[in-house]
Amino acid sequence: MPRWGMVIDLDRCNGCQACEIACRVENNVPVCGPQAARENRTIFWMQVVTATHGDWPDVRTRFLPRPCMQCDRPPCTAVCPVRATVIDAEGIVAQVYPRCIGCRYCANACPYTVKSFNWVRPSYPESTKPMLNPDVSTRPAGVIEKCTFCHHRLQQARDKARAEERPLREEDYVPACADACPTGAITFGDLENPGHRVAKQVQDPRAFRLLEELGTHPKVYYLAEER
Amino acid sequence: MSDEIKIAHLPQDERVLLMPLVRTTRGFWIWFAFLATITAWGGVAYYLQLRRGLGVTGLNTPEYWGIYIICFVFFIGISHAGTLISAILRLSKAEWRRAITRSAEFITVLVIAFGAVQPILDLGRPDRVLYVILNGQPWSPLLWDVCSIGLYFTASSIYLYVPMIPDLALIRDLKIRPTWLYWFLAIGYHDTPRARQILQKIIAVLAVAVIPIAVSVHTVIAWIFALTLRPMWHSTIFGPYFVVGAIYSGIAALILAMAVLRRVYRLEAYFKNVHFNNMGLLLLVMSLLWTYFTFAEYLTAWYGGEEAELATFWSKLTGAYAFPFWLMVVSCFVVPLALMSRQATRGPWGTTIASAFVVLGMWLERFNIVVPTSVHPRIEMPSALYHPSWVELSIMAATFAGFILVYMVATKFFPIISLWEIREGREEGVHEVTERVASYLPDKVEVGT
Repeated sequence: MPRWGMVIDLDRCNGCQACEIACRVENNVPVCGPQAARENRTIFWMQVVTATHGDWPDVRTRFLPRPCMQCDRPPCTAVCPVRATVIDAEGIVAQVYPRCIGCRYCANACPYTVKSFNWVRPSYPESTKPMLNPDVSTRPAGVIEKCTFCHHRLQQARDKARAEERPLREEDYVPACADACPTGAITFGDLENPGHRVAKQVQDPRAFRLLEELGTHPKVYYLAEER
Repeated sequence: MSDEIKIAHLPQDERVLLMPLVRTTRGFWIWFAFLATITAWGGVAYYLQLRRGLGVTGLNTPEYWGIYIICFVFFIGISHAGTLISAILRLSKAEWRRAITRSAEFITVLVIAFGAVQPILDLGRPDRVLYVILNGQPWSPLLWDVCSIGLYFTASSIYLYVPMIPDLALIRDLKIRPTWLYWFLAIGYHDTPRARQILQKIIAVLAVAVIPIAVSVHTVIAWIFALTLRPMWHSTIFGPYFVVGAIYSGIAALILAMAVLRRVYRLEAYFKNVHFNNMGLLLLVMSLLWTYFTFAEYLTAWYGGEEAELATFWSKLTGAYAFPFWLMVVSCFVVPLALMSRQATRGPWGTTIASAFVVLGMWLERFNIVVPTSVHPRIEMPSALYHPSWVELSIMAATFAGFILVYMVATKFFPIISLWEIREGREEGVHEVTERVASYLPDKVEVGT
């Protein structure tokens, strides 16, 4: 059984936010607008978080692309009263939109603040409406959503592999963010499969996970900057 | 003969305690209209929220929970007034309880409903609320909460109703309108010694049963917060801390109710200074207990010095939430301690003022638990903020108004002081206490043995 994971090399990330855009387009993440941004009500499935250190002229900004950590022991699934967020056999933490009652308990339980709530009915710019991805359902108002490791791409890859009567290959299933990253900072694959790059990368001494000490066992690894 | 004349000719207890059932003053209707207006306004606000979604609130990321959840914890806390206090006083055979148990139990039953509805107001999809039962996930503390509040509401309703049966039978026999209501509720009870004995037994069993249920309710509410990994929520003392806070605010609410009832229904002879004095002493004890828990909680967070904990900690002590925090300390510690530790200020006025501060302070306590932790997630968001919208504030006002409204109406249909228990106190209580005290005294020892 695969255990899907992601490795983000912070040394390669230049903060271009292509992953954010690719994710938004791929997953029909609503564009909430400037008003929502002022009210802290934007929705991101993948967000490049920035931290600026030092004073001019010694200023340094660091980037941290932050998807859902896809914890092996997710605090969010435990607290959901209706099984609207669940972890599947391959370790992907899913959201079941038609079941979510919108209590936001999972959002509060998540230590990474990666769960977004639809405070209003999702809206899309008129020009992008024809380009909505038919493989991903849009969400109604009042439910939680978050990164799913582009789970629909896994289903498509499986179907394709089955049709071609061959096993699933590493490059068959890649989330939109990893696909779009121009510097190759994001790699994706099966952490249990020694043939996949991610399985080797997590052995790197630079590898760490966010808030590892909480015991949530995230499957998103970061490679620390060398400097 | 009208009901009013009929009651005017009854002996004192019946006359004073049943009069509110038949005579309604203009003041009552003015307050009724005022409170009904606020409640209706809250209804309009909620309709708007239903139409437009939770976007009409001031909630955001990461401030996922706000006024509704604060009010949920607060109102369920108030509900500990009745059942718990009345059960403990009954079991400890505190004779002064007789005048106050009924009014306390009414607070419980009526306020639970207003508290329990708050998380539903908070839902993004209230149309799916039944999924909690249909798709229930037993590991979720929210599900435990649904169970414990459901059980508590059931138990408290029975615990309110059963000790009221003899009074309902009396009203039925007096043929006070609406006669069908009292005939139905009295379920054919006749006040024979045997019936009374069975009733006493049921009350004793209920009083024991409701205590663990009441404790479980606020413990589970505390666990909703404590079982997450959030700074200053993830705390082992939250269960007992919430129970203490709940009893504390419950006592304060009961004192306020007593003060109002005493004034509007001229019950000075029943809610006497001694009742306020004793309730004031309870308030003092709970104030000290609450302060002890609060101190222990904050000291642990500060001394441990974990960065994430400190961010929340300092935001309360010196940061953006310093005003609600220190106002809470003044309201829950300084004022009640100053007023309740002196006998001179433990009269009706002193206890009422202290209680008003405690009710305010305990609302702020819940605010100080919910909001500062929410806006300080482990991965900091520099622009986190929370300004409740007029919709949230209107619904909160409507909840307060609605509760007072149904309580007012309840006093018009049911005697707010237990008639038969007062009578029992006069007829048997005095004798029983004398005997009980005599039984505590040393036995006679024969000389020379």
